[in-house]
Amino acid sequence: MTSFFLNGKSVTVDDDPSTPLLWVIRDSLGLTGTKFGCGMALCGACTVHLDGNAMRSCVAPLSRVAGKQVTTIEGLSSDLSHPLQRAWIEIDVPQCGYCQSGQIMSAAVLLKENSKPTNKDIDEAMSGNICRCGTYSRIRRAIHRAAEIAAEKRSS
Amino acid sequence: MSRLHERLEAKRKLPTADTSHVVSPKTTRIARRDFLKTSAAAGGGLCIAAFVPELAARPVSNPAANATVFAPNAFVRIAADESVTVIANHSEMGQGIYTSLPMLLNEELQADWSRIKVEAAPVDAAYNHTVFGMQMTGGSTTTPSEWERFRKMGAMARVMLIDAAAHKWGVSASECHAEKGVVIHAASSKKASYGSLADAASQLKPPANVVLKDPKQFTLIGKPTRRLDTPSKVNGTAQFGLDVRLPGMLFALVARPPVFGGKVLSFDASEALKIPGVRAVQQIPSGVAIVAERFWAAKLGREKVKISWDHGPNAKLSTSQMLDDFSRLSASPGTVAKRTGDPAAALANAAKTITAEYHVPYLAHAMMEPLNCVVDLRADSCEIWTGTQFETVDRANAAQVAGLPPEKVQIHTTLLGGGFGRRANPASDFVVEAMHVAKVAGAPVKVAWTREDDLAGGWYRPMWHDRFAAGLDAQGYPIAWTHTIVGQSITEGTPFAAYTINRDGVDSTSVEGAADLLYGIPNLQVDLHSPKIGVPVQWWRSVGHSHTGFSVEGFFDEVAHAGGKDPYELRRKLLANQPRMSAVLQLVGQKAGWGKPLPPGRGRGIATHFSFDSYVAQVIEAAVDKDGTVRVHRVVCAVDCGRTVNPDIVKAQMEGGIIFGLTAALKTEITLEDGRVQQRNFHEYPMLRMFESPEIEVHIVSSEQNPTGVGEPSVPPVAPGLANAIFAATGKRVRRLPIRASDLLGGNEAKS
Repeated sequence: MTSFFLNGKSVTVDDDPSTPLLWVIRDSLGLTGTKFGCGMALCGACTVHLDGNAMRSCVAPLSRVAGKQVTTIEGLSSDLSHPLQRAWIEIDVPQCGYCQSGQIMSAAVLLKENSKPTNKDIDEAMSGNICRCGTYSRIRRAIHRAAEIAAEKRSS
Repeated sequence: MSRLHERLEAKRKLPTADTSHVVSPKTTRIARRDFLKTSAAAGGGLCIAAFVPELAARPVSNPAANATVFAPNAFVRIAADESVTVIANHSEMGQGIYTSLPMLLNEELQADWSRIKVEAAPVDAAYNHTVFGMQMTGGSTTTPSEWERFRKMGAMARVMLIDAAAHKWGVSASECHAEKGVVIHAASSKKASYGSLADAASQLKPPANVVLKDPKQFTLIGKPTRRLDTPSKVNGTAQFGLDVRLPGMLFALVARPPVFGGKVLSFDASEALKIPGVRAVQQIPSGVAIVAERFWAAKLGREKVKISWDHGPNAKLSTSQMLDDFSRLSASPGTVAKRTGDPAAALANAAKTITAEYHVPYLAHAMMEPLNCVVDLRADSCEIWTGTQFETVDRANAAQVAGLPPEKVQIHTTLLGGGFGRRANPASDFVVEAMHVAKVAGAPVKVAWTREDDLAGGWYRPMWHDRFAAGLDAQGYPIAWTHTIVGQSITEGTPFAAYTINRDGVDSTSVEGAADLLYGIPNLQVDLHSPKIGVPVQWWRSVGHSHTGFSVEGFFDEVAHAGGKDPYELRRKLLANQPRMSAVLQLVGQKAGWGKPLPPGRGRGIATHFSFDSYVAQVIEAAVDKDGTVRVHRVVCAVDCGRTVNPDIVKAQMEGGIIFGLTAALKTEITLEDGRVQQRNFHEYPMLRMFESPEIEVHIVSSEQNPTGVGEPSVPPVAPGLANAIFAATGKRVRRLPIRASDLLGGNEAKS
């Protein structure tokens, strides 16, 4: 049995501790917003937060998260109110949408650490996430926009 | 499946397993060209026949037992709670049709846009493609083919709602109008919401004719409109095939032969069965299925199965050998696809001749969501959940495996995590395999593919080789152009061959973009070799144009330089009789600042391409580092795709197609040695990433023509635009993809 916190709630699973977190989240806990793309930490579709840091859940064994806080796209906000979600909607970033959970989770860590990222900062933070539909230019715009929304929120 | 329409003829029926129900005779009688003409004629507010019996007759299941639902046709339902459900008969794979189809329908329906919901259509003849006569998504045809039908369906519903209100109020329908989901009788200020009229409207007969708006009156079509699916794609609720979960469902992976066409000789499952959660290991036609309680157990189990394979006839296949063979073959004349004038004589008499060979590799689609399929097979029926582009074909093929009549098989089309053609498989490979797994699983089962399975799984864009010769006159203008193409046919042996392969054996999808060259060159020949090779191939975003765009536009640039002409100016001159492409070319030249100075080291390349009835031109700015790394700085794209339904989605598709094209130009190839695919995952089949993503500008030509393709046409000009920019920057001519640093270093090739 392994226990950890998923989106703020305590969960306990009986998966083998070597099972990648991705499959525990998807198959054992039924949250499917976190996606499988490569299984080798190459595409970023499975990105979640572990104690606030971006982590590729497809290569992280369950044992690594025992007792820790894991946040998935479902935990980002309950009402689409996160600045990144608002910016993503405003700019209509997604096409097929499959990679976008991972994109947003990577961007969320960037914005948390850097409230006004430059294009270069975005390149560095986001180049681990692949989008086959090619939404990169909109992701870039949306991150800048989300930074503005977050700043407006803070000042209001 | 571009250009299928050109060969669609009334008397030909699609020879899939269940032709009786896949073909809608009413629609297949209309060839694409005629269909477009009809649409054009109908655009100006003419009275047109909208009543299509199979649409109106479709029974609709009532989603809320106590509510009255008004379902005037198969494409829209209006409920008493004011919700409006648009039933989408094309799959959403990123191209935005879950927004643009409702826009078409609601332009006429006039419901409150905020109440619109979208639902995937079940498989039914009512949902067949208006041109192809089967339910499918592809060929960049969704908007062009539904442009008229969805507006008619919306108009039909509006007319009935207005009639219901007029009858209730005892006034003439002509005195009423509809606005934002409300019918209004202005004279008496009476109002009734659509939901309140649903019951009364359902008692009425659908009208035989409806009048469509004059496009000048459009209030929704042509306006940038936010996608309806975005909220679900930013909070994890969007459901893709891989997210489907049924009660009691098992998970399966399949061990497939390492060489295409290989067979299982024997296998030993004893170690695999020791993995906790592995339920069964069973041979199926495509390999060995590992069925487990969870994905991960199936994955671990698969690693432990020992399989002895008969590798079959393809065990020696090598793409480097094939390149030599293709090159040799291209030196001999192939089957003529197109001949104008006397190219041989013109070449012999030319003041100057140039020749070149171009080469592109096999490419995988590499959708972010790997293939998957969920099957619940019961004794007398079957349900399938998958992200597919090919419902009718998949259902027919699945029914055959199940031994059930097709109508006993239902497909629930989920969102597609990318398609790019891979999910329109003529053999329904991923569905058929899942059916076989379901037969041995004895429970509902999800068959998932890993990235490695996906990349090694075949059904690639073919490898192509092109040999060109051009003759120039004394003034440096091309007077002769010959082009020999070598590559596998993607439709041979499929039901589509009847439409794509002509009497001489020329597959139109192999020569599209080459045989229909827009440039005014008086003596032209395009011929084709279609070698048979044991690598499964199929359509890949932009199909044949994905190779002809590169080779034709690259060689055209060589012709311009050989004649001492500016590549932009030569295109302008030779496109003088092509007003739409000329306009696109001029727009891109102006927006990109063609001819204006660039920072040192940077070059500008241009390419145009006509595909899926749309006109695209791009100017790309690029530079090459000392180590051969290519830097793409800016891409300017102009497109004429007729009238745009949602300009922001058109822009997004152009942007995405440009990234897709850059990945093919710079990054990816599938190679084989000893019959084995060499690329396993994204480290060996790399995608363009954020830090390599250029600044992209898209300019849409304002047009009153009917809509044409959008999803694919931005891909073909990218690779040649970049190759031509590299030539401008370095003097190095790129003639094979992907572009390799090693091809850009070393001895300098003189600028011709």
